Amino acid sequence: MLHRAVEDVSTGSDSDYSRWISWFLSSKGNEYFCEVDEDFILDRFNLTGLNNEVSNYAQALDLITDQLDDDIQDELRGSLDVQARLLYGLIHARWIVTARGLTKMIEKYRRAEFGRCPRVMCQPQPLLPVGLNDVPYEKSVKLYCGRCEDLYSPKSSRHGSIDGAFFGTTFPHLLFLVYPTLIPPKIGPTDIGASSTSGNGTREGENRIRRRLREEMDPAIAEGGGENISTASVALKAERYKPRIYGFQLNEIAKLQRWQEAVRDRQVARLEESEERGS
Amino acid sequence: MNAAEQAEFEEEEAIGGTGEGDEIMEEAEEHEDGYTSSTPTSTLTWISWFCSLPGHEYFCEVTEDFIEDDFNLTGLNTAVPFWKEAMEMVLDVEPDEDTSKIPDVSIVESSAEMLYGLVHQRYILTRVGLAAMVDKYELGIFGSCPRVYCMGTNVVPCGRSDMYGLDTVKLFCPNCNDIYVPPSSRYQGVDGAFFGTTFAHLFFQTYRELAPAPFWKAPPNSSMSNSPRLSAGSMTHSTTTFVNPNPHGGQKRAAGYVYVPRIYGFKVSERAKCGPRMQWLRLRPESPEELDMVDWRGRWIDDEDDDYDEDEEEEEDRRMEDFDPDANDDDDDDEEEEEEEEEPSKSPPTSRHDAVAPTGSARTTPTSNTNARPPISNISLPKMNTLDGKLRVIKQWSPAVGLAT
Repeated sequence: MLHRAVEDVSTGSDSDYSRWISWFLSSKGNEYFCEVDEDFILDRFNLTGLNNEVSNYAQALDLITDQLDDDIQDELRGSLDVQARLLYGLIHARWIVTARGLTKMIEKYRRAEFGRCPRVMCQPQPLLPVGLNDVPYEKSVKLYCGRCEDLYSPKSSRHGSIDGAFFGTTFPHLLFLVYPTLIPPKIGPTDIGASSTSGNGTREGENRIRRRLREEMDPAIAEGGGENISTASVALKAERYKPRIYGFQLNEIAKLQRWQEAVRDRQVARLEESEERGS
Repeated sequence: MNAAEQAEFEEEEAIGGTGEGDEIMEEAEEHEDGYTSSTPTSTLTWISWFCSLPGHEYFCEVTEDFIEDDFNLTGLNTAVPFWKEAMEMVLDVEPDEDTSKIPDVSIVESSAEMLYGLVHQRYILTRVGLAAMVDKYELGIFGSCPRVYCMGTNVVPCGRSDMYGLDTVKLFCPNCNDIYVPPSSRYQGVDGAFFGTTFAHLFFQTYRELAPAPFWKAPPNSSMSNSPRLSAGSMTHSTTTFVNPNPHGGQKRAAGYVYVPRIYGFKVSERAKCGPRMQWLRLRPESPEELDMVDWRGRWIDDEDDDYDEDEEEEEDRRMEDFDPDANDDDDDDEEEEEEEEEPSKSPPTSRHDAVAPTGSARTTPTSNTNARPPISNISLPKMNTLDGKLRVIKQWSPAVGLAT
């Protein structure tokens, strides 16, 4: 795989940027990553501190930006590839919380490239990747559902082994903070990512939906926005599963669920009150 | 049986030769002129073949004597087309007359699947069936909860309907009490009715040691950052054996962490538009006593908020008007409970607070209202309370009302 990348670099007639990055992005298991802009990587300010995290930092950075000398020994290339992946991942975590990075990830989110929430009552809400830790080699990547606001493990083991630090703990929450119009509703169909499952036959329809999405996106994509959205009482609309035996609720679970709903109601009352006071 | 399935079957046959020694052959079906072959070339029953198909891992093998008992099949013969032929196929019985009237053997096959599935739904509620399923559960055959903070709690198959053809099988997690879509698409073809709505919960009622308890306290030594409920004084040791004071409740220590969203390490405030709104869904009280702080309508019992009291008063009035004193038949217990659970707003307040009040001097609104009612309502009140099925509350209510009248 590395050889192919190297060949690409050497045979590329024009100095096309990010050969390594496009190879990295297209390889299996890296579907969650988005492309980091060249000038973001080339701005050393954005990489502050990463030289302590990555060994062979300079060469790894050269590999990512396809500026690595061809006369590097083969045995070094192997370990360099690992370092380059780590470096790219850590840059990626910083990139996706920038304005441009967020928009790139929103595109992927709209295509439901991170999968959909396995929770039946959330179907088919697209997910967002999130880390449980910002330090590499600690926890693998998890998926955050904006509807039930909970974390799920990726279905596939090849995604389950991605380092969570490559996405960071902040990303999905910052996304919804910056784009409150994208906060998914607690009930009803999701308006995004719905077209991605249709087959070839509905090409035209798909395009139409995409166009419509783009139109919808334009006001939504404006940062901030949605000042008049109120999310104080959205939790009341959330559906939940009620276990039943022959149609009857179970005492202990029903009790727990009543308690949880009372906690919810108290929060809703609190939020509505503070919203009233604020307005 | 189509070619692919046939090939699959023959493969299974080659491997799984340890089935029960049944003389009736599966291949008999491929003979157009009836199930005439009786040469014992296979020891695999239809049932074990069916349960070994890819996507059928969740099924357990229903014993033949369970299927042969007509009582267990009550009502199914009207639901399953080609009943007789399907029965013969499931039980590997040689048909006694020619089956030429059936146009296609695949129709019988789908009937057999439906028959087996619906019998399976009933079978797994029996003692033997539950035992068969607990073996599969402990082997992790049903998989584990995809939710990160359920820490890989094993799940059980669960239907959303007991009727065939409405929804596919789902997975129930006893820790978060929620249902999930199976991770693999091969379960998309398995009907939820083949497991039913009851099984998952009867399972955890039967095997309480597998059911997580409804309360949870963060262990003092671990990183508390994941729990939204941090209490400084929670220094009780969690290494001791876990006991749930409710003997009918879950006896396993729960996995209770709830995800707390953070931006650059700071918790997202609930006052933000994007702040947490759904933590209640996964939250557990720290102690079992806290569960009793909410009455059966889902209100805090010692809520001092005035707004709530006003609401209660209004609702109480409405309930009293609707109340029919003749409808106090004890036979209706169960139905009443159902109704009351669904629409709590129509029911009278039976909180502990209210119940205790009449004996003291400070009377709360519900009691004064009761006194203002015509006698007939007062007399029927205790009975009415037995209808809501909350026995703990009734015990407190009845003497109190007795005093009031």
